[in-house]
Formats: sequence, C-alpha cells, structure tokens
Amino acid sequence: MSSAPGWLRPERHGIYLPGTDCWIDPSIPVARALVTHGHSDHARGGHGHVIATGPTLSIMALRYGEQPSADRIDYGDTIELGDGTNATFLPAGHVLGSAQILLERQGERVVVTGDYKRRPDPTCAPFEPVACDVLITEATFGLPVFVHPPIGQELDKLLAALAERPDRCVLVGAYALGKAQRIIAELRARGFSDTIYLHGAMERMCALYEAHGVPLGPLALVADATLDDLRGRIVICPPSALSDRWTRRLPDPLQAFASGWMRVRQRGVQRGIELPLVISDHADWEELTGTIVELAPQETWITHGREDALVHWCGWSASPNCSIV
Amino acid sequence: MERFAQLLDRLIYTRSRNDKIALVAAYLRDTPDPDRGWALAALTSGLDFPAVKASTIRDVVATRVDPLLYSLSRDFVGDTAETASLIWPRLPTGEPPPTVSEAVEIMAGMSRSTVMAQLARLLDRLEPDGRFALLKLATGAMRIGLSGRLARTAFAQAFGLDVEQVEEHWHGLRPPYADLFAWATSPEGAAPAIDPLAFKPFMLAHPLEEAQLDLAEFAVEWKWDGIRIQLVGDGNVTRLFSRGGEEISGAFPEIAAAYPIRAVMDGELLVRGDVQGGEAASFNALQQRLGRKKVTGAMMADYPAFVRLYDLLVEEDEDLRSLPWTERRARLERAVAQLPPERFDLSQIIAAQDWATLVQLREDARSQAYEGLMFKRRESAYMAGRKVGHWYKWKRQPLTADCVLMYAQRGSGKRSSYYSDYTFGCWTAPPEQGGELLPVGKAYFGFTDEELKWLDGFIRRHTANRFGPVREVEKTLVLEVAFDSIHLSRRHKSGLAMRFPRIARIRSDKPAEEANLIVDLMALVS
Ligand SMILES: [Zn+2]
Ligand SMILES: [Zn+2]
Repeated sequence: MSSAPGWLRPERHGIYLPGTDCWIDPSIPVARALVTHGHSDHARGGHGHVIATGPTLSIMALRYGEQPSADRIDYGDTIELGDGTNATFLPAGHVLGSAQILLERQGERVVVTGDYKRRPDPTCAPFEPVACDVLITEATFGLPVFVHPPIGQELDKLLAALAERPDRCVLVGAYALGKAQRIIAELRARGFSDTIYLHGAMERMCALYEAHGVPLGPLALVADATLDDLRGRIVICPPSALSDRWTRRLPDPLQAFASGWMRVRQRGVQRGIELPLVISDHADWEELTGTIVELAPQETWITHGREDALVHWCGWSASPNCSIV
Repeated sequence: MERFAQLLDRLIYTRSRNDKIALVAAYLRDTPDPDRGWALAALTSGLDFPAVKASTIRDVVATRVDPLLYSLSRDFVGDTAETASLIWPRLPTGEPPPTVSEAVEIMAGMSRSTVMAQLARLLDRLEPDGRFALLKLATGAMRIGLSGRLARTAFAQAFGLDVEQVEEHWHGLRPPYADLFAWATSPEGAAPAIDPLAFKPFMLAHPLEEAQLDLAEFAVEWKWDGIRIQLVGDGNVTRLFSRGGEEISGAFPEIAAAYPIRAVMDGELLVRGDVQGGEAASFNALQQRLGRKKVTGAMMADYPAFVRLYDLLVEEDEDLRSLPWTERRARLERAVAQLPPERFDLSQIIAAQDWATLVQLREDARSQAYEGLMFKRRESAYMAGRKVGHWYKWKRQPLTADCVLMYAQRGSGKRSSYYSDYTFGCWTAPPEQGGELLPVGKAYFGFTDEELKWLDGFIRRHTANRFGPVREVEKTLVLEVAFDSIHLSRRHKSGLAMRFPRIARIRSDKPAEEANLIVDLMALVS
C-alpha cells in the first residue's frame, strides 16, 4: 500500500477520513456520515449528520425516521468536507439513489463504489465510470462462477411459470428495497400489465419509488385480496416471508427467489426454492473485473464480499496493487 | 441439449414425486428420438463413457481457468460439474448446441488422448445450463433421485399406457429404446417382443384391514423379514432384482452363482441365523450386506445369504403367471429340488385351522423376528402391481417409544409453511442424573391435519434456535413414536435407526423427563 493516501483509512465500522471526522457507510452511529445508499448494511440510523442523495435520505427517513441533520446532494454535485477534501456523488446503478463517492484531496482521487452494477436498471441512474488513483470496490459476487444472466431470460422463466399454473400464484422473494421494484419495472417494460400483489412490507417502499418518478403500474396488497384474486398472479414478498405462515393465505404458491446467489443450485434447493431467478443488483465477476480494468486505478481496495478471488485475479492479471480492507 | 438441461434443472428444484413424473412425461412426449431415449437412460441408470474420468472435468477446466480461481469457486459451489459449467470461459465455435444424441455419440467415441479437446469443444457450444447437463451426462452422476420405477411411471403417463405394461416390455431393452418408443407412440404398432427370461413386474400385497379372510380360499405364509427379490436366470447369467426393479446381483454373487436354471422366481433374500423359524437372521443382520456394490469373502462367510422362494413365474420359456397360485406353487416345489438347499428353500405354507390361531401367530411374530403374515388367494394369477383381493399382508404390531421433540424442519410443496418433519430423541440416562437427549429418529407422517397445525404452532412458540429451514425446539414435548423395528446404525450418534417411524400420538400430558431412555430402545433391537 505504498501510495495509499494517508487521509482516509479503512476501519472496522466503515471508511474513515480523520482530517474531516467523516465516515463512509459507518455501521455505528457517528457525528458525520456519508451514505452511499439505503440498504441497511450501508445506511444506519442515529448519525449526527448525514450526507446522501435525496432518495437515499427518503429511504432512511422511511426506515429510521427523519434525520436530525442532513445535506441532500444530487448526482454530480460536490460538497466540501473540510481539510481540503471534496466529495462528489455519482450514480452507482445499484438501487434508487445509490451513489459512488469520489473523494479528492490535493490532486489525489479515490472512488468508493458502495454497491454497484453495470447493467441497465429502469429504477435508477446507470453507473458512471470515473477515473481514479484508488478504487475502493465491493466484491459481493467476487467469484468467477458468478456471471449473472440477462434479466430478460430470468423474467421469461417467471412468466412461463405463471402461465403454466393459472390456478396457483408465483410467490417471488425479493429484497424490499431495489430488487422488488426493479422486477416490477422490468415486467412493466415487457408489457406485463396485470396487477402485481405485494406483501405488506413492500408497500411503502414501492410508494416511495413511485414518488421519485419510477412508475410501477397496478399494485395491490395481498391483505386486501381474496384467494381467488391471487390465482395466476405474481406476488412479491421479502425473502424472509417466503415460507412464513403468511403464505397460507395464498393459492398453492410456487416459491421463487430473485437473487444472485441462485446461480448456485444448492443454495436454492436448501431453501426449498422451486423457481430460482438469478437477478442481482450487484456487479458480477465480469463487471467487477471489467470495471477495474476500465478505471485502471493504481490501487484497488476491496471492501465487503468475497475478496480472495478478486485479490488473486488482480495479481494474476497484472492489474494494480490490490488489497483487502 | 437445452431442453434436456431445462428438464434436469427443473427436476433438481422439484420435490414432489408427481411433479417429477409430469416433467419427465412432458419431456418424453415432446422430444424426438433418439434424444429422449438417451435422456431416459441418462436419468435412470446413467450412461458410461470410459474416457471421462472423475478428474477429467477438473483437468479440462485447468486448460482455461487459473487453478486458484477454480479451487476457490469449487469450494464455494460444492459440486465439480456445476463449478465447471459456471466458470467455463466459452470460446465461440460457430457450431450450434449439440443434441443429446450427438453429445452421446461424441462422448462414446472419445479416447484418453482426445477427451480433453473434444470435451472442451462440446462445452464451447453450450450455455451454462447446457454445460451442466452435459457434464452430468458425461460423468454419469445425475443424483436427482429419479428411480427406474419413477421413469417408467413417467413413460407410461406420457403415452397413456399402464405402468405394469411398460415394466413388462422395458427390461431387456437397451438405450435409446427405439422399439419401446415406436410401440408407445403408435397404438397399432407391434409391441416389442417380451423376453420370457427377463425381469417381470412384482405382484404386491394390500395391507389386511380388520376383515377376516376365508382360509379355504387363501393360503397363509410367514411374511419374512428380509428383502423381496426376483431371480432371473437364462442358463448362463443370473440376475437379482430388487422390488424397485433395480439390479442388485453384484451384492450377492453367491446367490447368482448357485442358480444355474432357466427360470424366473420370486422370493425373500435372507441371511442365515437362528430366528424366523430357526434358520434366518433378523433384518438387522441382512443390513450388513445391503447397499454394497462389492462384497468381500469375509462378509459372505459371516453373513451367508439364501433365498426363501415363494413363487415361480417363468420356467424354461414358459410364462406361468396366468396360472392359479396352486399350480405355480406345485411347480415351484418341484423346481426347488434342482437348486442347492444351502442357498434356496421354500417358504412353507402355514397350516392354520382357524382365524384364532393366526391371531396368536401374529402376536408371537415379533419374538421370532417375522414381519407378519401373508395371505395369497389360491386361485389368483400372478398379476403385476397391487390388485385388490388377491394378496394381503398382515404386519406384526408396531413397537412404540416415548420420545422428545428436538428439531423440526419445514416440509415441501403444500407443507412448505408448516414445520412437518420432526427429529426426536431419547435420554442417554435419566435427566436427573445428567442424561442428555440424543436423536433416535425422524418422522414426517402419522399425524392428522389438526395435529400438524398444533405441532406447527407449538414449534413456533417454543423455538430455541434457528438453522436455516430447521428449528431447534425447547425439549419439552413428548411424542409417542410407532415404528416397525429398530436396529443398530453407525450413522447415528445414538447408534440406533428406526424402520418406518411415525408419530402415533402427541403426549402433551407427559413430562419430557419421563420419556424413554436410549437403553430402553437398545433392548428392542432385533
Ligand atoms: Zn446494497
Ligand atoms: Zn452492500
């Protein structure tokens, strides 16, 4: 880590900028937090002051209540953090409002990707590649077996399963923030106009997306539907509700799960999934390695995920210094 | 190959037997020859391609993938074929994906010197799911729980045939089963000739429920506690088949070697011992010989096997199945004389004067390690499957034990939101003396729908720990478990395994400390 800038360092609870007393995605309450996006492993409640995009602040308000003090920052805008350090928020293509953070100090440029993907997503702005000296990247799917198929292929499977079982419903487990809305929006983009039914835990997040200009078409709550209303329908619930008692109100649900982990068959089989949908909002192996090649940083730091393979790849592919943080 | 890959994938995620049958049936109906025949063979017995060794896949991948990246991936995925199918960096060949039969042909023609290049080229022509199917096909290890019986049932369903009819024609035919499909798809087409000296579908018995039978019409035999087998000999080769129609000759070479005749016989495979009439051992002893592909001389000496014969289906080239049981029995008694008595004997007819005698015999069955009694209508032909009114089985009373519920797992399909699979245990010593619970069995039936709801609610209210789909339960609920027998098992920490365990009663009235001890169960080992 010869050329690592001394003005920021990885800590157990997030990335810390000592000169400014700012943290990026801290997992404990801090005085000043820069938050890349609304997922709970990045956005926590209880910070003194939060700097994030508008949608991310809305999501945090929904989950943790209104932040006592916040700076709303738009994509492309720069904020001075002090100690000569500037932060610019750029789209990460992960979920609504998700951002990469470009940090600049005395000519050195560091990009913190947060979670990101490079594929098109109708619910959020696309990832914007930015040249940098140090790239701090995620590696959730940092193994070469993870190559996500095109989403269209997976949605075709979903629609075929639905058509095959007009008396049943297809119950799709999907994260309440991002995945659920992306699936709905992608279905709409393919001309699917039937009402999609939601578990109660999805309702407010879907409304938030619509309020931020992401139309989701006709939605209804399972709680307001009869058993017959739900036959031949798509129902979306959080993954934890897939085999919950809640499912007993559904007509013989076919269990589907939308996740990048579904690439590995045993992962689905162990959970009793009948229809695995390999749909991920994270970069796959090709996106992770392709982004490093494209941005050509002098150094790559890997934060959360499966780092061993990516670190090895960096050395083996003669890419720049790569380390786990 | 894509259609086959899709079938394979869906079978992996399907737990219900009926759904599996429907998937295979649809595939067989919609896929042209000879692909469907090869697929059928691959799904059941597995095809053998000698050039493809267990290590071949890893070696082929190593020609394109960094070894550390491969091994990290293999560790995560857990399956070599799946890892290889996902990690394979495809070089476009411009060739279309191979059909199943083309792939089979290419793989059958591979030699040790060409296998690496040819397998790589096949992989290049396929997407990940197709590569997975190809590699599973190449290594002959499908492991998707598809028995031959299930495949034949699917075949029958696909073409509107009776499964017993399919069983009749199936054996003796070779992949890709062209004759079989030709017959199934054109109703007027000639059925493939039935080889008289091939496997015949078993005649099965119904459980006897309360009714008394007329002993003038029914012959009575012991229900032996071994495994039902069929012996098929053509004078040169003798094969042994299990009830599911799987060949098990390799496990009992001494039996096959002692059967030089041209005949098909039905009987019970047992090992020598001193119960079951003083000549056979318990099922527990037979367990030592089951599930092994190769046997050692020591095993054959320690657990000498023999067959207790009870029916003769084919003699020379004559099919006897349409004859009444009395006639088959008379011919069986004559035929046994040609066989060495240390390997073959007759299942004797029990001469009972009245029903009360049989009730008494059944009561005593357990002490002699018999499984119960069999009733065979004297006038009945030998009919495939379980036809009402001809054969009955009257099993001995089950054993019971009071066990404590320890873990529960969610079921599948309609039961996926219910905790319906239960693991229960007994005490290593009285709990007040520091005894602990060790699992002694698992059951997922025996209870009513009402009881299932109650158990599900209990488990959710008394969860101590969660491990994925499994919950550890507070050890307070006693279940009365019924089981047919119990035997020693090295696979379980308690050293015990139950046969046919089911939940007989929920004993919420009984304190867990009063459940049975492991030693109580040990005393029941037969
Ligand atoms: Zn995220
Ligand atoms: Zn994350």
